[in-house]
Amino acid sequence: MSFAKIPKPDQLIKIRYAPPETAWMDTSVDFRPGTWSYSGAAKNLTYLDLPNPRAWQPADEDWKLPDNWQAIILEGMKERLEKYRSFRLFMDVCVRCGACADKCHFYIGSGDPKNMPVLRAELLRSVYRRYFTTSGKRFGRLAGARDLTVDVLKEWFYYFYQCTECRRCSVFCPFGIDQAEITMMGRELLNLVGCNINWVIEPAANCFRTGNHLGIQPGGIKDMLEFMADDIEDRTGIRVNVPINKKGADILFVTPSGDYFADPGTFTCMGYLMLFHEIGLNYTFSTYASEGGNFGLFTSAEMVKRLNAKIYAEAKRLGVKWILGGECGHMWRVIHQYMGTMNGPADFLQEPVSPITGTRFENARSTKMVHITEFTADLIRNGKLKLDPQRNDHIRLTFHDSCNPARAMGLFEEPRYIIQKTCNHFFEMAGDTIREKTLCCGAGAGLGNDENMETRMRGGMPRAMAVKKVVERHDVNRLGCICAIDRATLTSLMDYWVPGVTVMGVHELLANALVMTGEKERTTDLRGEPLVGC
Amino acid sequence: MKNLLISILAFFILALLALGIGLNHSLAYVLIVIVPYAAFAILLTGFVYRIIKWGSAPVPFRIPSTCGQGKSLPWIKTNPVENPSGAWGVIGRMAQEIFLFRSLFRNTDVAIVDERPVYGSAKWLWFCGLLFHWSFAIIVLRHLRFFVEPIAPWIGALSALDGFFEIGIPTLYLSDAAILVGLTFLFLRRVVVPQVRYISLFTDYFSLLLIAGVVTTGLLTRHFFPADLNAAKTLAMGWVTFSPVVPQGISLVFYMHLCFVFVLLVWFPASKLMHAGGIFLSPTRNLASNNRGKRHVNPWNAPVKVHTYEEYEDEFRDKMKASGLPVEKE
Repeated sequence: MSFAKIPKPDQLIKIRYAPPETAWMDTSVDFRPGTWSYSGAAKNLTYLDLPNPRAWQPADEDWKLPDNWQAIILEGMKERLEKYRSFRLFMDVCVRCGACADKCHFYIGSGDPKNMPVLRAELLRSVYRRYFTTSGKRFGRLAGARDLTVDVLKEWFYYFYQCTECRRCSVFCPFGIDQAEITMMGRELLNLVGCNINWVIEPAANCFRTGNHLGIQPGGIKDMLEFMADDIEDRTGIRVNVPINKKGADILFVTPSGDYFADPGTFTCMGYLMLFHEIGLNYTFSTYASEGGNFGLFTSAEMVKRLNAKIYAEAKRLGVKWILGGECGHMWRVIHQYMGTMNGPADFLQEPVSPITGTRFENARSTKMVHITEFTADLIRNGKLKLDPQRNDHIRLTFHDSCNPARAMGLFEEPRYIIQKTCNHFFEMAGDTIREKTLCCGAGAGLGNDENMETRMRGGMPRAMAVKKVVERHDVNRLGCICAIDRATLTSLMDYWVPGVTVMGVHELLANALVMTGEKERTTDLRGEPLVGC
Repeated sequence: MKNLLISILAFFILALLALGIGLNHSLAYVLIVIVPYAAFAILLTGFVYRIIKWGSAPVPFRIPSTCGQGKSLPWIKTNPVENPSGAWGVIGRMAQEIFLFRSLFRNTDVAIVDERPVYGSAKWLWFCGLLFHWSFAIIVLRHLRFFVEPIAPWIGALSALDGFFEIGIPTLYLSDAAILVGLTFLFLRRVVVPQVRYISLFTDYFSLLLIAGVVTTGLLTRHFFPADLNAAKTLAMGWVTFSPVVPQGISLVFYMHLCFVFVLLVWFPASKLMHAGGIFLSPTRNLASNNRGKRHVNPWNAPVKVHTYEEYEDEFRDKMKASGLPVEKE
C-alpha cells in the first residue's frame, strides 16, 4: 500500500469547512487524481449483460455515452420513482435543515460541501424537480431545478462514488432520509448508461461466475482453507476438518471471500474453522456460494438479487437445515434487509436451532440465516466454550462497529459480549463514534481501491482519529471489527493515520482464547506473535 | 445568497399586495367570501394528492435505520423503540419522531481542533425547531375558538394555560413569544451559517418569511391594532356555516393577516412544508426491523438472470474433480 501520491496526514488534516464562493450549481467537478475510482472494464459489463460496455475513464472529456442517454436516465428515474416510496419521498421531503451535513465522514474529512448528504441528494433532486415537478418545470432554478447535462452526470458519478452508503446521515435526519438509498438510486441510473467503477463491477462479475468477488476457483478455495488448517495445526497441534460442498451437512456456512484471501481476514477465517471443529459442528463451506458479500448492492437491486440467489440455491442443493453467516458488513445488510424479500421464502430450510445449545434463533425464523456473533455469543452464554482471555493479554483492543450491522441490524451487544469474554483489555472509543453513530472506514460500497486513496484517507479520518484517541489514552494496539471490508481497508487507514494499530476480526480474538480439546501448549497467537502473561 | 434576496423580495411584494387588498374595500368581498374556500380547498386537495402520490409508490424492501440494539437472543437487552421489532415499537418510534424530534435531538457539530475532529453537542436546532412547531400547533388550536360555538372547554383551557403568566393586556400568549424565538433562530441560522446558506433554496427562506408574516400581523392585530373579537368570531362562524359576510370595522392589519394565512394555505401543499405529511411515510422510520423473522413482500419482485449451479459446475467440473471436490455429474 503506497501513500506516496497523496498528501501527508499533517497536510490532509487541514480541512476548510467554508463553502466556495460560487453557488453549487455553478461549481463543476474536478476529477483530481486520488479522489475517484477507475471505470468498469468492458469485459465485466459484458459478462453481466450491463449496458454500454466500452473503454473510457472518468477524467476523459468524452464519456462515450449513448446518444439518447438523457432519455434513458429520465425514463429510469421515472421507473424508480414508481417502484420505490423511499426514492419518491426522499426527493420531496427534505427541508434542508442541514442536520446531516457534518455527519458524513466524507464531508468531515474533505470539507467539500457536495459531500454533505443534503447536497449530495440535491444533485439528484435538482434533476428530479426539473423533469418531474410542476414548480421545477415552470420556475427552473428558482425552484431548485436544473437541466440534466453531461456535467451533471459527471457530478453524479463523482459524488455517488464518494458515498459509502453507510447510513450515518439517516440516523440524524429528522425524516430518516437515507442518503444510501439515494446513492443506490443514483448508481442504478448511472449504470443504465454504463457509468460504474471497476472495483464494484469486477467483483460482481467474478461473483456471478466463480461464486466469489475475488474470482477464486473451486480448487483455490480448497487450497486456501487447507493452508489455514496447516497454520492452525502449527499453532495448536490440532488438525481441523475443512468440509466443502458437503451434502447432508446441517449448516451451510457463508462468509465474505476476503476472509479466505488475505491477512488479516484469514485469521478470522481460521477462527471460524477452530470454533466449528471444537464444537463438532456438522457444517460445510460452498465453492458455488463462496461469497457472503454482495457488490450487487453497489450496482443495482437487480444485481443484489442475481448474486444473492446462490446462497439459497446452494442451501437447497446441499440439503442443509439452515445457514450461518460470517463477519461482514454490507453482506449483512443484504441478508437482513433484502435476502428474504428477494429470494425467499426459504421454506425448504428449517428454523435455525443451535445444534450445540438448542437455542432457537427466533429472529431469523423466516430468512433462516444466523449471524456468527449471535451463534457464538449463545455458545459462550451457555458455557459451551472453554476460554482463556489471558491469551489475548498482548492485545489492547478497541472495537469499530461496522456501518451495516450497526445501522441496518442493530448488532451491537453480540460482538461486545464475545470480546468481553475473550479479552481482558477492551476500551470503547468516544460515544459519538460508535454504535449507531459509528463512523465509516471510508472505503465501503466499492471504494476501497488504491486509485481512490486520498478520498479513502479523508473519509476514514474521523474513524482513525477516534482510534488515535484511545491509542493515546489507553495504549490501544488493535482495532476489532466484524466486517471483511473493514479488515482490508482499516488496515491501510491505520497505517496512514495511526501507525502501529493493526486490525482483527472478533473470531480471531475468540480463537486465540479458545481452549481446544487436546491442543498443545500455545506459545503464540494465530498470527504467530508470542503470548504474554500466560 | 441570491435565493435569500429573491425570497425577501417576493415576501415584500406579497406584503404590499396584502396591504393593497386591505385598503381596497372593493376587494374585501373576494377576500372574505371566495378566497378562504378556494385556499382551504387547495390545501386539502393538495395535501391529500401529495400523500396519495407518495403512498401509491410501493415499499419494496424493509429498510429501517436501526439506532439501538436489535432483537436477537433473549438475554440481550434490546432497544424496542430505536430498533423496533413490532408494531408497538414502531408507533413509539414514530411518536418520538413526530412529537419530540428524536433524531434531531442527536445533532452534533464538528470542528477540527488540534488536527482532529471534535464533536460538540448542538441541541439549539432541535430546541428551536421544537419550539417553533409546538407553538405553531398551539396557536392553530387556539384559533379554533373562533370557529366553534360554544367554545369547547379544552380550547379555553389551552388558551388559559398559554396565557398563564398574564403579562400585559391583552395577555401575551407564551406560544406567540415562543414562535417568534423559533422563527428568528431558524431564519438567522439559515442566513448566518455559511453551509446552511449554501444549501438553502427559495422555498426554505420564503416559507419562514411567510409564516413570520402571519405571526407578525397576528400579533399586531392582537396587541397593537386590536380587532373587534366579536367581528372576528362572526367572520369565522360565517365561514364555518357557509354564510360568510364582510364584517364592519376590520383593521388593515387584520386584512393583511388573512391574506398571509390564505397564501400559506395554498403554499403549504406545494412546498417543502409538506414534510408535515411526509414524515409519517418514511420507510427508514416507520418499519420494524424484523426482516429475518418476518418476510417482507416486494410487489414487483421479478425473476432475474442467475448463474445456476449446473452452469458453474459445467465450467469448473474438471478442476473440482482434480481438487477432490464432489460433483453432481461425473
